Amino acid sequence: MNAVTNIPETAPGAGRSDQLAAAPLAIEVSNLKKVFLIPQNRIDSLRERFTHPLTRQHYRLLQALDDVSFNVRSGEFFGIVGRNGSGKSTLLKIMASIYRADAGRVRMAGRLAPFIELGVGFNPELTSRENVLLNGVLMGLSRKEAAQRLDAVLDFAELREFADLKLKNYSSGMMVRLAFSVMVEADADVMLIDEVLAVGDASFSQKCLDVFEDMRNRGRTIVLVTHDMATVQRFCDRAMLIHDSKVQYIGEPDDTALRYYRLNFGGDPDQVREPGMLPDVNGRMIDAWLENSRGERVQNIEQHDRFFFNCLFEARRDLDRPVFSFQFVDSEGTDIFGFTKMLQLDDGVPDRLEAGQRVHIAGEVENRLLPGRYHVSAWVVRNRATGDHALHTISLLDFLVYGTEQGPGRVQLRDDVHAVVVEPDPR
Amino acid sequence: MSSGAANLRDVRGPSALGGGWRRSWDLLYLMAMTEFKRTYFGTALGYVWSLARPLMLFGVLLVVFTQAFHLGSGVPHYPVLLLFNIVLFGFFQEATITSVQSIVLQEGVVRKTQFPRLVIPASVVLTALINLSFNLIVTFVFILAFGVSPRWSWMLLPVLIGMLLVITSAVSMLLSSLYPRFRDLGMIWTVVSTALFYATPVLYPLEKMTPSIREIVSMNPLAVILELGRKWIIDPHAPEPAMLAGGHLRLLIPAAIYVGTCVAAVVVFRREAPRIAEAL
Repeated sequence: MNAVTNIPETAPGAGRSDQLAAAPLAIEVSNLKKVFLIPQNRIDSLRERFTHPLTRQHYRLLQALDDVSFNVRSGEFFGIVGRNGSGKSTLLKIMASIYRADAGRVRMAGRLAPFIELGVGFNPELTSRENVLLNGVLMGLSRKEAAQRLDAVLDFAELREFADLKLKNYSSGMMVRLAFSVMVEADADVMLIDEVLAVGDASFSQKCLDVFEDMRNRGRTIVLVTHDMATVQRFCDRAMLIHDSKVQYIGEPDDTALRYYRLNFGGDPDQVREPGMLPDVNGRMIDAWLENSRGERVQNIEQHDRFFFNCLFEARRDLDRPVFSFQFVDSEGTDIFGFTKMLQLDDGVPDRLEAGQRVHIAGEVENRLLPGRYHVSAWVVRNRATGDHALHTISLLDFLVYGTEQGPGRVQLRDDVHAVVVEPDPR
Repeated sequence: MSSGAANLRDVRGPSALGGGWRRSWDLLYLMAMTEFKRTYFGTALGYVWSLARPLMLFGVLLVVFTQAFHLGSGVPHYPVLLLFNIVLFGFFQEATITSVQSIVLQEGVVRKTQFPRLVIPASVVLTALINLSFNLIVTFVFILAFGVSPRWSWMLLPVLIGMLLVITSAVSMLLSSLYPRFRDLGMIWTVVSTALFYATPVLYPLEKMTPSIREIVSMNPLAVILELGRKWIIDPHAPEPAMLAGGHLRLLIPAAIYVGTCVAAVVVFRREAPRIAEAL
């Protein structure tokens, strides 16, 4: 849905994807390997060396990247997705010259923005003016260029009046705004970004998305590492799935997102070498899907059509009085609605799950959603008396509501409101 | 599209000066300047402190070492020699002690950005160098006030500072790059640098010591630097370093230590720089 709307003016008639296919390479990664040596018993001090002179340092090998190769074309918005520990952040750090690869080669064209997270290098003791200068130089600008862009950065962040305030007195939102502005104004050719959208308030997240759109249209090459499939599907031209240190898939963002979910929820075993298992030890979501009014599994839902929500949870430990929560969120991250469910029990049955037991959480959801992309996240509370999490918030589902009736907001509520002509009041 | 899109260049990974000389220099300058500003920002007297600090230190030393101890009796211009020595050694001590933890304290930058690793200890040394230049201004006012007349050998001051700067940078590089892996260095260095203070003729004139002490202390490159400083700046009739060491050949020892430290610093830093982010 985004491919046709943003054709750069330089090539009228050609689609974005055609144009990208013809663009020169911006990043070429070939056969990248990285192994971390994890000390079994870390010898950090000389005392330990002296007291145990004969103990040889034992290392565990952790293969972080195994023969990773891919190309990114100039002007492309490239997503990297994968579960925690899959190696995607290590990959980004090698590309950004923070870690050194053990083998393989990374080549890049143009100027690279050399940081991967927002606000690094900010010194809380300095004013935002000083920080912007320092960060600009860190981004590869000369001192003079950094000074020239100072005003633009402060204006974009809407922080001009706080320019001489020390950063430690800033709110976190202000800090993020400043960090993002610095990055945008540095105007690098290639940007590597790790999970930026996780921070900031909703309105700033929206602003970030606008900026992504803008950078994308200006032909910047962007590599984004994220967990958020909605962002991947909305912005990326292509996306890569990394699993167990290997490239699992490179292709259309929608396909990549689907494979990512399958990996997480143990769907089609053909694509996944091991059943998807979430890191939480107390339980896992085995599957989640939507059904239409005919009982068919669907990815997308027609506006007004009835739909049924389904989700299968397996307890991996005994859970006392568990609570299941689901939250529907739109593509901008705004909460639309949600529900919280407890086990439905017959009289005398204790409110608990034993390890291995499964729960099917399912039923119809009234479909009042307007067309757009929606996202369901879920979490499970182990014991509602203590409120401990059994399963931390995860992305459960992503779906599209399609239809023709657009409207303000996200939902269309049934109303009993009428407009009638009334006679003038006789009094 | 960007202009240079067609020519792919190798990404070489982290290094001591990754990202080019120009960027490293700009970063170094900005880091040192902001650190220097920060030291005095918020104090009532501001930059006046950078001059007032050595002045007050001098006052204390003068009272202690001319009234209480009589180490300098019979030494020409002892008060200003003392001040000069303290200022030079203080530079070495300030820079090296601060640099030990410098890379670890900049963890955020090191782990999240492509930051030239050498810039971090270098900025510590540069900040100390800025302090040193302020201190030297005060020192030279006193040197003149105490009746030392300007001489041609004062032109050698940059050489003296240069020698001190090189060894200070080398030690700072060694300490800052090894500290992420050997955290005991912090403790060890506070002790070692204090020992060095007494193993360098800062407070006492070396010629008053016994020959065996003179020989041992003369192995210390810092001792030779201070002796040269004394001779060039304060007192042309001060004893030659070679005489104090017990012969010209014996000066090869501090020279070897000096060169060895510098070579070790470059080798160790180049080896450690790419791995620092992983060790943090």
